[in-house]
Order: sequence, then C-alpha cells, then structure tokens
Amino acid sequence: MSLDPAMVRRIAKLARIRLADDEVPRLQGELNAILGYVEQLAAVDVDGVAPLTGGAQMTMRMREDRVTDGGIPDHVLANAPDRIGDFFAVPKVVE
Amino acid sequence: MSYTIGGETGPWELVIGLEVHAQIISKSKLFSGAATEFGAEPNSQVSFIDAGFPGMLPVINRECVAQAVRTGLGLDARINLISRFDRKNYFYADLPQGYQISQYDQPIVGAGTVEIELESGETRSIGITRLHLEQDAGKSMHDQHASKSFVDLNRSGVALMEIVSEPDMRNPEEAGAYLRKLRTILRYLGTCDGNMDEGSMRADVNVSVRKPGEAFRTRCEVKNVNSIRFVMQAVETEARRQIEVWESGGVVEQETRLFDPARGVTRSMRSKEDAHDYRYFPEPDLLPLVLDETWVAALKNDLPELPDAKRARLVRDFGISAYESAIFVMERATADFFETVAKGRDAKLVANWMLGDFFAALNRTGRNIEDSPVSAKNLGALLDLISDATINGKIAKEVFEIMVETGDTPGAIIEARGLRQVTDTGAIDTAIDRVLAANADKVAEYKSGKEKLFGFFVGQVMKAMAGKGNPALVNEALKTKLG
Repeated sequence: MSLDPAMVRRIAKLARIRLADDEVPRLQGELNAILGYVEQLAAVDVDGVAPLTGGAQMTMRMREDRVTDGGIPDHVLANAPDRIGDFFAVPKVVE
Repeated sequence: MSYTIGGETGPWELVIGLEVHAQIISKSKLFSGAATEFGAEPNSQVSFIDAGFPGMLPVINRECVAQAVRTGLGLDARINLISRFDRKNYFYADLPQGYQISQYDQPIVGAGTVEIELESGETRSIGITRLHLEQDAGKSMHDQHASKSFVDLNRSGVALMEIVSEPDMRNPEEAGAYLRKLRTILRYLGTCDGNMDEGSMRADVNVSVRKPGEAFRTRCEVKNVNSIRFVMQAVETEARRQIEVWESGGVVEQETRLFDPARGVTRSMRSKEDAHDYRYFPEPDLLPLVLDETWVAALKNDLPELPDAKRARLVRDFGISAYESAIFVMERATADFFETVAKGRDAKLVANWMLGDFFAALNRTGRNIEDSPVSAKNLGALLDLISDATINGKIAKEVFEIMVETGDTPGAIIEARGLRQVTDTGAIDTAIDRVLAANADKVAEYKSGKEKLFGFFVGQVMKAMAGKGNPALVNEALKTKLG
C-alpha cells in the first residue's frame, strides 16, 4: 500500500492538521515508510489463528450503574478557551 | 396495490430504511459515572471522561449492556456473546474526544425483526440489520448568541442504541408504523423512553426511489428527524426530489441531507461531505465485550410481556376486537388500565367506555393515562353502578364528566347530587300520566298509527324525571299505557 500526495492531504484534512505544500512529500515518505514497516506483518501466516485484541487473558470488566461523578462544571470548563455561563462558547457553527 | 409516486416517466417505488438512535434508560453514562438526567444545569453532569480529558479511561456500565441485550431480545434478534468497540473519528464542537466510541463490525446485537400493523389491517415484517452500543455526543445550541455556539456536554457519553433496519419499507405509512412500533417495544422493555421531543429517540431516514422491478438506486440519508410525522413527510419530500432529479436526466448523489419541516424541503449538508470517512479502528482502551450465556438467559427470562403477545392475549382473554386491543397495547400503561378495569367486568363495555368518553376526556384535558383524572378503580366503580342499575347510561355519562372535573368517586357524586336511577314504578307511572295528559293531541296521533311518536314520549318522560328514570321500565310502562 502506498499513499499518493492527494491521500496525504486528505488524511491531514480529516485530522484537522494544516499542511504546507512543501511538507507533503516529506510526510508522504514518512507515512509510506511506516506503512511498509507494518506491512511486513502480512507475510505471517495467520490462518486459523483467532485475532488477539490484547495481551491480557481477560474480558472487559463492567461497573454497576451508579452516579459517582459529575457536578464539577468549573473543573470541566477550566481549560475552555471561552465560556459563557456554564456553557463552552465556540465560534458559531453554521449548518 | 403497492404504493408508488407518479412521475412524468411513470410510477416510482420508494425504498426506505431507518437508523434509529435510542437513548438508553440508565442512571449513569455508558463509560462514566456521571448522571444522565434530562434538563440538568449545563455541564453539571460531565466527568473528565465525557469531556475528553487526556488519560481518562472508559469503564463500561453493566446496566447499559443489559438494556441493549433486552432490546435485542425484544426485537427477536441474535445476541452476539462477543462484541467489540471501535472508534468513529470525526471533528465537531460537541464531541470533545474527537471520536465516538461505537461498534463497527462486531455489534452486540445482530439480525432481528419487527412486525408492523398497517391501517388496512395487514401486518408486515421489517428486518432489523443490527443494534449497536455507542456514546451520544454533547449538545450544541446555535441560537443563543450572535457569533457563538454554546456547547453543553451533559449528553456527552450517554448510552445510545443505534438500531438499523433493512431497506424493507416501501411508503411513508410503513416508516411511521415501524417507528411507532419500535417506540412501543422500547417503552415496554423500559430500555428507552421514546421521547422524540427531548431527543431521546431520533431517526436518520435512508430513502431511494426506483422503477418497479429494478434493483436499488442510490440512496440519500436524511439526518436527525425528530418526530414520526416529520419522518413520514421527509420520506415523501425526499422521494419526490429524487424522482425529479432522475427524470430531468440528473443523477442522485449519495449524500447526507437535512429535512426542513417549515419549508417542506430537504437540503444538502455540506459540512458532512467528508463525514463518511470515519476511519474506524478498534478502541484500544476497551477489551472485547464478552457476555455470559446464563446472564443473557436470565435477562430473557425477566422480559415483560411484549405488545404483540399482549395484543393477542387481550383478544383471547377478554373477547375484545383485534383493533381495540391494538389501541390498548400501544402504551403499556393503557393496557394495564384496561386490564384492571376489565377484570371481572363486561370487557366489551369497558372497551367502549375507554375508547369513547375516557380517551376523549384525556384528550380534552391534555392528561395522559398515568395522571388520568379518573382512576381505573373509579371507572370500574362507575361501570358497576350501571350494571347493577343504580344509574342509567345517560346519567353515567354525566357522572363521568363530574368525575373528570373533580376526581371524586362515582358513588359520592351520585349520592351528593341525587342521581340514583328511579326504578319505583309508582313514580314512573305518575310521570307518564302527567306527560300523556299534557300531550293529548300526540297521544291521539300515536293511536291513529303514528308510532314514531313513541320516542317522543320516552324523551318527555325522561325529561320529567330529570333523566333518572330506568329506561327499560319507562319503555315498558309507556307501552302498557299507550296500549
């Protein structure tokens, strides 16, 4: 698998990362190198091997349905660039 | 005859599938311990997990999983004992994580079905493709400020079930019936309150059109339609738009659109152009969700009686019609009310009263069955007083209206207002004599063959007795006197 410049730009756009034109070739090279590295895994024969989703031999633990959190609007809003009352205020989203 | 919309080039069929987002009823969120209650102060029910703070780890809520399983069972669907969570990545101001934890290729619930009833009395089976668990996003408000949107994260992280149907519906009525039925099932199960006004149930509508006999054409998705009526309107509006595009030589592009109910149009959502590239990948913070078969079996065992089963049972046990039963089972509380009143009474009479005066009174007073001014016990008592001839049917309607106003028991109303039916034949005879004497001309007409006047005499006698005469006794005595 190999990424062309258009795909590099698209990935950057989806990730909201601004790319200057001269950055594209360098990133294209780096991303393709990473993909090539990971692609070596395709050479391994995994027929009949169940996918492994973690190193631990355990399943997900569940918690009981109790309210144990919340009630901390000031902490939640502490890093907000802008707030009005207890709302986050963001540049108007026009739909 | 199947439903089609006529275009210039002939009839077009509609193909409709629905994705319903149903908010799960639980005390706390899917992956955090913050509360889920609707209408709280902004950002007061938000944990650092829901706000997407770095380093926070999600822990799944067992009850939310149970609710999804119950819903799957209620939809007659396959429960997947192993399922998995994935990240669905997109940027929006009310999605602080930058991704939604969802389920992609291994959902918790697989294929199922919903039976819908149509106005013609027909039933149809609509396929359920899947149901998966996911987090809700926060809420943006765009109308509070000139240049800012407000974001409240209270809803962020609340558990949702996305219930995806097969493209099995063919007209707006079926789409409406499907939503109504799904809502009823969810409410019976207690897994979602189905409140579309508060947004706890929202639908995305997939619509395409085709010439009869064709394969599917390109579909468009109309997002976030928030009432059953609007879903039905959106289906038709969008279908007509697509027919126009095809017939004018254009091509329908697969896209996401918004329905504007005020203007009766759908329009393209440009912001969603890239939206279908969600770059799903397995959620690294969560292990696979593995369900214990005996736990699932126990949940199944505890399911309440569902609407289809209840409808059949009410017909069987109480002898009411399938139509009456279908109305009662739409809400569990209504069915319970009916059963309480009908137990040990004439069920047909109960059904008539509920479908008539009782529902009319609820409509008029804007109340629902849970806070009905007339309790099941009091309605039952009123019907008993008709059955044992304490009051007649006409007075019963009067008493009922007073019950609606005051909430008093029918016994108390009848005693306080002296509405007890007169069965004293002496009193009835006296009233009749007076009426006949005052209308000697009409009596003569009657006797010369104008038998229609009998009703007039009954009316006059009842009027003379302030409506309290026993109708059967009045009829009988009148017949005798008029010979």
